[in-house]
Parts: sequence; structure tokens; C-alpha cells
Amino acid sequence: MKRELLKFLAFSVFVLLLPLLFEGGYLMNVLVFVGINTMLAIALNLLLGYAGQISLGHAGFFGLGAYLSGVLTATYGWNPWQAMPVAAIVVGCMAYLIGFPVLKLKGHYLAMATLGLGIIIYIVFNETIDLTGGPSGLSGIPNLEAGGVVFDSDVKNYYLIWGITLAVILFAINLANSRVGRALRAVHDSEVAAQVVGVNARLLKVQIFALSAVISSLAGSLYAHTMTFISPASFGFNFSVELLTMVVIGGLGSVYGSFLGAALLTLLPEFLRAAQDYDIIIYGGLLVVMVMFMPGGLVRGVPDLFRRIFKSRGGAGHA
Amino acid sequence: MQFDQILQYVLSGLSTGAIYALIGIGFSIIYNATGIINFAQGEFVMLGGLLTLTCLDLLKLPIWAAIPCAVAVSTLAGLLFERLAIRPLRQPTPINLVIITIGGSILIRGLAMLIWGKDTHAIPSFSGDDPIAIGGATMLPQHLWIFAITVVIIVINKFYFYHTISGKAMRACAYNRRAAGLVGIDVRRMVLFSFMISSAMGAVAGIIVAPLTMTAYDVGVMLGLKGFCAAIIGGMSSGMATVVGGLLLGVLESLGAGLISSGYKDAIAFIILLLILFIRPQGLFGKADSERV
Repeated sequence: MKRELLKFLAFSVFVLLLPLLFEGGYLMNVLVFVGINTMLAIALNLLLGYAGQISLGHAGFFGLGAYLSGVLTATYGWNPWQAMPVAAIVVGCMAYLIGFPVLKLKGHYLAMATLGLGIIIYIVFNETIDLTGGPSGLSGIPNLEAGGVVFDSDVKNYYLIWGITLAVILFAINLANSRVGRALRAVHDSEVAAQVVGVNARLLKVQIFALSAVISSLAGSLYAHTMTFISPASFGFNFSVELLTMVVIGGLGSVYGSFLGAALLTLLPEFLRAAQDYDIIIYGGLLVVMVMFMPGGLVRGVPDLFRRIFKSRGGAGHA
Repeated sequence: MQFDQILQYVLSGLSTGAIYALIGIGFSIIYNATGIINFAQGEFVMLGGLLTLTCLDLLKLPIWAAIPCAVAVSTLAGLLFERLAIRPLRQPTPINLVIITIGGSILIRGLAMLIWGKDTHAIPSFSGDDPIAIGGATMLPQHLWIFAITVVIIVINKFYFYHTISGKAMRACAYNRRAAGLVGIDVRRMVLFSFMISSAMGAVAGIIVAPLTMTAYDVGVMLGLKGFCAAIIGGMSSGMATVVGGLLLGVLESLGAGLISSGYKDAIAFIILLLILFIRPQGLFGKADSERV
């Protein structure tokens, strides 16, 4: 546990000092998105990596958070600090209720059901034009404000988003190392065995699904308030797949892996500007290659690779 | 007036439903042989349409030659997909299979985007565009082609699964893979066959629907999902239940789009999908004994 804490502190210092390197260039804006995507990847990882339950509809929860927050503030003039928790609670309750029938399903069927759910939410964003502005989007969402400081620049947003992201990381690490985390891993390995030792697997799965939705909704609200403009295109099936790619590339069941995956997939398109149209091929290729050759993700795969290289060298020496 | 309109919706719904049925049967064949839901199924539908376009435009083949060519190339793609992505998988857990088929589908879609670009392409109808009047509704000759080809495929399918050795072997795999292996059936080869058959069927579906709806690199996503929905209604059977499921879905969608709202057309399929999964996971016509795990 002490090692975990040191790791977290080192990571926090790294995150807080990073802006000094860039002096607020364009990259700061990208790093804000790395923070938001890290939150989303952790949310999905709690569900997929720890509890072993797949979701292909998480972009839907992300979008619900963004739209609830956006509509409440831009159209109804709420304070963003009030809109965000209300959005999170509403999304959490929705996920909790829908979670019971959805999480009864397993494997491929769970994937299809969550996918369907995500697409239905996406269609609703597009069709309720009076409320959401439809495909052309919703604009005029206010920035967050605290103690006279308006979070309207990339640097300010960086510290805001990363402050909250660090809190989410700390929460996720604590959860993973708690009794709940162990119960989740037990459900992952064998639901029946988990039930036998007294874990209410069904309820636990629904609870973690709802928690995951709440974190996604929070990330969505923050996204809406930093972007001040949202449109349904950001919350479609493709984004659900992108989130899945982040979690798989980083490493299932690893909080820092989620950060790695989110950082890689958010920064990659920026460095591959020329290859803008090919990013879809890169995502697909990465998914296939990772599942085939590094099922543990980067966090486990890279150290493994080094170990294997050094071992094979050692082996060659003996032979 | 009202009756004619409904007849029109039903007729066009039946023809899209036939397409969903073909794709759905493709899902079921792979599922029954391997327990895998192939998320890349829709991409073969897309490949069928776009490959036909290439055969027609670039190779200047007549349509009757272009179609078998496109189906053959799509089948080859299905074969490669199984050999390169599915078989080498070291940990074939359901989640890994979902992820790898999704990854494969994105990869195929991306490659298609490179080859054919992002534009929507039109393919000429098989035999003209003169509408045929049926009661107060009209149909296009292409609709008749869709019905005819679907019926032919279903009959061939039935014949293959019940009257040939390899079809019977595949059914044996569906009942019990282990037992099938014990009586000398090469299960891995049957898995490969199942991918080839379903990619061929998907390609046919993509070809016959393309003259009506146009085709593009990304049409496979929705068509694939609707096909899966048809298969779920049919309880993942590779026979008539899925055909009925597809037709039912097509008609409901068409009626919903016409009478309620066209914007929510796609949502109808997914609401049906969720309801079936929640309430009758064994399919509309299945017995309650088969748990969808």
C-alpha cells in the first residue's frame, strides 16, 4: 500500500510539473483531453478490467453527462457546479436500473446489449432537436468558475481537469485494493465461486456498472464545460470502441494502464496529423495486435518483453 | 389510401428484412459452430457491394460475372480473417474474441476506406428500374431479385446442412464440439468453413441490397447490427426462425419509420434487441432451455 502511495505521489508531481515543459502551447489543450479520456478509461476499466464485464456503450454515459450538464446550464441557466452532480446522479440511477437486466447477460450478449444501449442514446441526442440542438450541436455552455477564477484557458483547465482526474485515480486505486476490489476480481474469475464465498455477484456487478457510469458522466460534464460546445458525433459507437481500445492497450485491470492507453490514443492522432484519415486503421490494427500478442496490455506486456529479451540472451549464452 | 400506404411499408420492409435475415443467418452459422459472435460480419456485407462495384467498373465484367467474383473475393477475406485473427488467438476468452472481431472489423473498414474512398457508390439494378404495381403499392424489380435470391440461398443452406457430409459435420460441431472431434470431424476446418460460408452469405446480402440503398465503406456497421438483431429474434438458429426474425424486424422498422418517425428508425431495431435479450434471450420461438451465456 505504501508503494502504491509513493507511485501515486510521483505520478501527481509529474502531472503537476508537466505544463512547465510546454509553457501553455497547443499541446496543453490536448493534455486536457488526455485527462478526460483517462477518467473515462478508468471508468470502463473498473467494469471491464476488474469485474470482467464488457461495455460497448460507455460513450452514451459520457454523452448523457455532457448533455445533461450542457442543457441545464446553457438552456436553463443552472450553475455548472449544481448541474454536474445532478447529471451524475441521474446517469448513475439510470445505469443502476438498466444494469439489472443488462448485466444478467454475459460475454457476447452483454457486448451487444450495451452496444444497443449506446446507439439508442446516440439516436436520442440526434433526434431530440428542441432540447439538444440535434446533429448541429449545443453551444453556449458556460465554463466552470471557482472563487472568481473562470476556467477558460487551457492551462487553467489543465489543472482543473487533472486535479479531478488525480482524485479519480486515487479513488480507483483505493477501490481496487479494498474488499470491493477483491470481490470484483473474484466475480471476474468465477461468478459461481464468488457467490459461494458470499459475494452478491449480481448486485456488485450492477453497482460497479453504475459507478462506472457516474465517473463517465462526470467526465462528460467536464468535457462540456471545457469545450463549451458539444455535438452527438463525439458520443457515438466509434468513441465507445476508442475507449475500449484505450483500456485494452493500456492493460485490463491497471489504473495507470488506463492513463497510458488514454494518453497514447489521444496523442497519437496529434502526431499523425498527416495520417488523419488512417487513424481508423491504426485503432483497428492496435486492437488486433494487442489482443493477439500482448493480452495484458502495455503495462504488463512491455516489462514482459524486456524480460524475455534478456532471458533469451542469457539462454543463448548457455547454449 | 391508408391501406395502400401500409402495404407499401410492409413490402419494402419485407425486402430489407430479407437482407437482415441473410446477415443474421451468417451470424448464427459462426455462432453455432464456434460460440463466437463475429462483430466483423457487417464488413463482409460492405465488401460484397464494393467488390461488385470494382468488378463492374474497373474490370468491365458483366453483372452476372461480377457477382460471383465479388462473392469469391469476400469469401477469401472471410477465410483470411479466420486464419489470421481468430485461430492464432492465444486466450480465446469471450471478451478477447469480442475485442478482436471489433478490431478486425475496424481494420477491414479502414482498408475499404483506403481503397474505395469515403464516397457513396451506386450499383445498377440487376434488371432495370421500372416499378411494378402490386395492389395500390409499387415494387422495383430489384425487390423481386432480393426475395428470389434470398429464397435460393436459404434452400441451398438447408440442403448443405441436412444433405451433405460437411454440412452434417458442421451441425455436429454445433451440438457438441468435443464429441464431433471424437468421431473424427476436423473441428478447426469446420470453423474455417463456417467463416467462409457466412462471409459469402454476407457478401450476397450486400450485393443484392446495394442497387437500392447505395453502398459505402461504412454501411457494414448498421447492416451487421440489424442482422444480429434478426438472429437474436430467431434465437441464433441458422434456419427459418432467423428468417422470420429478419422479416419481422424489417417490417416493424419500415412501419415505425413510416407511421411514427423516420429519425427513430434505427432505434426500433435496438429496442427490440434489448427487449428480446432481457425478456426472451432464447429467441422469440425458442424453448427456454438454451441459456445465452
